[in-house]
Amino acid sequence: MSLRLPLSSSPRRRRPSVRGLSSVSRRDAVLLAGATLAATSLPAAADLGDFSKIFAETTRGTTPKLARVKLTMPELAENGNSVSTLIEVQSPMTEKDHVKTISLLSEKNPQTLVFRVHLGPRSGRARVATNVRLADTQRIIAVAEMSDGTFWMGEARVLVTLAACIDGG
Amino acid sequence: MTFPTRIVMPANAKKGEIIEIKTLVQHVMEPGYRRDNMGKAIPRDIIANLTVTYDGVEIFKADLQPGTAANPYIAFNTVATTTGDVVFIWIDLAGKATSEKRKLTVA
Repeated sequence: MSLRLPLSSSPRRRRPSVRGLSSVSRRDAVLLAGATLAATSLPAAADLGDFSKIFAETTRGTTPKLARVKLTMPELAENGNSVSTLIEVQSPMTEKDHVKTISLLSEKNPQTLVFRVHLGPRSGRARVATNVRLADTQRIIAVAEMSDGTFWMGEARVLVTLAACIDGG
Repeated sequence: MTFPTRIVMPANAKKGEIIEIKTLVQHVMEPGYRRDNMGKAIPRDIIANLTVTYDGVEIFKADLQPGTAANPYIAFNTVATTTGDVVFIWIDLAGKATSEKRKLTVA
């Protein structure tokens, strides 16, 4: 029986392995390692994709409350290449009290900062719409910086069926 | 080379009225994370920012990243103050600028 073991297991190994399953052949493992290496050598991906670092930089180390910022995104995005995004911040937008910047941060995109706008009392209303790319199903956070130095945030969870940005091209 | 743009905004407004301005610029917004058929990295080519001035004063600025979808659409608001030109300037990573001008008449 012990002699038959390698014989019975070898044809299994020759079967084309399905990615994601635990039965990764050596050849696939080498290819995968190569792909990971190539991914890390892309332009400054490591730093700009560090969510906690970028989040801390944006909020100057504070932890903003989940209030005043409303982020509207579809719950299900069939195409991550263009996801409609609407950010609204409750603010009187006066000279004394207004929104200075709004930053959109992504947890799983290769680059955390997706979009940043600069507003002021001349904006009248803190409401900005755009379309963004999403690399994966994830949580998106909009951080608003107020003129009094406080930070507020809003979040949205989007299920992405077709991912953007990091496909092989 | 300039990029084709589209701007939607009212031509007239009352003083103090908040108006919405919608902008669109035709651009591939190549994120720089993709590879071509030969495995060669496709260089990043994006619009870096959009700056909007109204009657000579900056009223809006957007910093765009690879995470912005192709053909960047940006909508924002502004308060109609005086009759003047609203100037839109898009600048890409290479420093190429595309500008547009709209007149806003305030009654």
